[in-house]
Amino acid sequence: MNKEVKWMSESLWKKIAIWVTSLMLLILVALTFDTVSQITEGTSRVPDYSVINNKIFYEYDKKRDILAPVIGELSPLFGKELDKSEAKELVNLGKLTIQAKNCMNCHTILGNGAYYAPDLTKAWLDKGWGSESVRETLMLSFLLDPETNARSFGTNRKMPNLGMSEEEARGVIAYLKWMSSIDTNGFPAHFESIEQDKESK
Amino acid sequence: MKTPSVIKGLRLGQQIAIKYFFAAMILFCAQMIFGLIAGLQFILPEFLYQILDFNVTRMVHINAMIIWLLFGFMGSVYWLVEDEAGSDLVGYKLGNIGFWVLLIAVIVVVLVYLIVQVGPGTESSLWFINEGREYIEAPRWADIGIVAVMLIFFYNIAATFSKGKWSGISGVLVLDLLALAGVYLAGMFYSTNISIDQFWWWWVVHLWVEATWEVLVACIMAWGLIQTIGASRKIVTTWLYVEVALMFGSGILGLGHHYFWIGTPEYWLTVGGFFSALEPIPLVAMLVHAVYDAGTKNLKVSNHPAFAWFIAHVFGNFLGAGVWGFFQTLPQINLYTHGTQWSASHGHLAFFGAYVTINVAMFYMAVQKLRGNIAMGSGLLNKYRWKTSLILLNVGALGMTVALLIAGYEQAFIERAVGGSTWSGYFSAQRDSTFIASMHWRMLFGILMTVGTFFLAWDLLTIGKKNKNPVFETT
Repeated sequence: MNKEVKWMSESLWKKIAIWVTSLMLLILVALTFDTVSQITEGTSRVPDYSVINNKIFYEYDKKRDILAPVIGELSPLFGKELDKSEAKELVNLGKLTIQAKNCMNCHTILGNGAYYAPDLTKAWLDKGWGSESVRETLMLSFLLDPETNARSFGTNRKMPNLGMSEEEARGVIAYLKWMSSIDTNGFPAHFESIEQDKESK
Repeated sequence: MKTPSVIKGLRLGQQIAIKYFFAAMILFCAQMIFGLIAGLQFILPEFLYQILDFNVTRMVHINAMIIWLLFGFMGSVYWLVEDEAGSDLVGYKLGNIGFWVLLIAVIVVVLVYLIVQVGPGTESSLWFINEGREYIEAPRWADIGIVAVMLIFFYNIAATFSKGKWSGISGVLVLDLLALAGVYLAGMFYSTNISIDQFWWWWVVHLWVEATWEVLVACIMAWGLIQTIGASRKIVTTWLYVEVALMFGSGILGLGHHYFWIGTPEYWLTVGGFFSALEPIPLVAMLVHAVYDAGTKNLKVSNHPAFAWFIAHVFGNFLGAGVWGFFQTLPQINLYTHGTQWSASHGHLAFFGAYVTINVAMFYMAVQKLRGNIAMGSGLLNKYRWKTSLILLNVGALGMTVALLIAGYEQAFIERAVGGSTWSGYFSAQRDSTFIASMHWRMLFGILMTVGTFFLAWDLLTIGKKNKNPVFETT
């Protein structure tokens, strides 16, 4: 192995390393521009925050062979229709609260986070809330006093009381409703949503 | 050439490195303790409920890890910079100031995590308490501090090489440090939009652990192979370029495997699936390279514990980051495993195999010189200590990984495939006897790891103190 092998020369691999890295970076930057434009709120993949004024369905899309969100008729959160900026303000309060209360170190959000508590991606559409008519009230009372209203399904794992104000809890619920409308390419797998009133679509 | 400045047998950068290593080892112990508490909370959810909840213990567990690994890396670079540059460190005082600023910032951040824990839903909570984004929870003020210290660090290293001489290893190292500091900026802004938030968050998390950190350890490994077994610089440097080409060639677009389900377009399923499937290749290359080099030198090494940990690194990196990552990197499988204990299984073995191991190897490199350049081969006293910690840590990490993998399988099946990914599906999986048994096994292996960590600390404090044999030359 003393003889220099041409394809194992230092200078050749130095050039390859530089070219490969530059090319990959360039592709990543190009894809980033495209992706960011497709996931900015108000697009078909990530709807505007005012979607919290509408019903959100989760249905099988035959063409794509996945479950995908569908936005239905008017169904304002807490019975009050909000304009675009009010909706954004409420959802933003929810996001700030979710970060400040460190939700992601127990729950997963879009599948990322910790695995001590359930995924929140489609929490708004979860069957556990029973029916659409009581969902908002149940969510609100749960967030304000999670210890008393524990939903641990026999595991003894309870959400701690994080000292959320009612306004913050409403923000979190708005946030979860908005997040359920994001097109996640079918994640989580085989999601079975809450009973949906198909008539009102 | 000017005689190098030496204080108590160590060069200037190495003096700073010892401080970083010492702090890293303390944080490593803290990571283990908080890992045990978090693991115990899976088994006994009432444990420290409303006092130190899982979101706090887990955050401290993963943050202590990120910070101690960073401390270890910074220490490693300070350790090797002057030897590699053939020149004294440019800013000794500056390096020391950087260390203390960073350490004090870390202590304040951790105290706030533990005492204040959570805040109201306002921007100021994110500035002063925690940012609530996994791995980069550090509040914004600390982010700014980290960037400032990284700039000092970068200047110190780059200027030292400029003053002395450049090599293949140092060239790659400096460019990599620049990239490492640069991508951190992508995590320093707030967005209401969760898809945008996670898109950039992954730039930091992925491009750190699956690209820039990997290249950084490849540089340390290259230097380590020259030092421990006297490998040829030319071969090592060529391999380093091969690894950079493969690592960045697969890892940069491998970022796409985090863009399957966060609202990002469908083309990421193809891009991410393809490139991340290639990600194990550079890790195989590293493994082959190290084992081949070791074989050619008949394992005549001057530092047995360090070399053992270098070997643990190449196997651990390949298994944990490579094989365990590959298991679930294709979207068809990831749809079922993403966000389950599969991820925890992969995370534990990857961080341990790729990064803990190489840092421990560097601790042993440092301690050898600190104790007066003693031979740390077969004549070493109390060899059982380093061997015990090596075995406990590696068996513990592997056992924990397998336990978590079984839990992950069970979760993917019961929660996702059968349970319709609902909350009731989630809890059915958590209640299952296989899952509960896995959590107990994880706990047992976690205890083994913790004991191994304390053994390691004890060994590092005492190893070679009674040995007087000087190291033999390897080159």
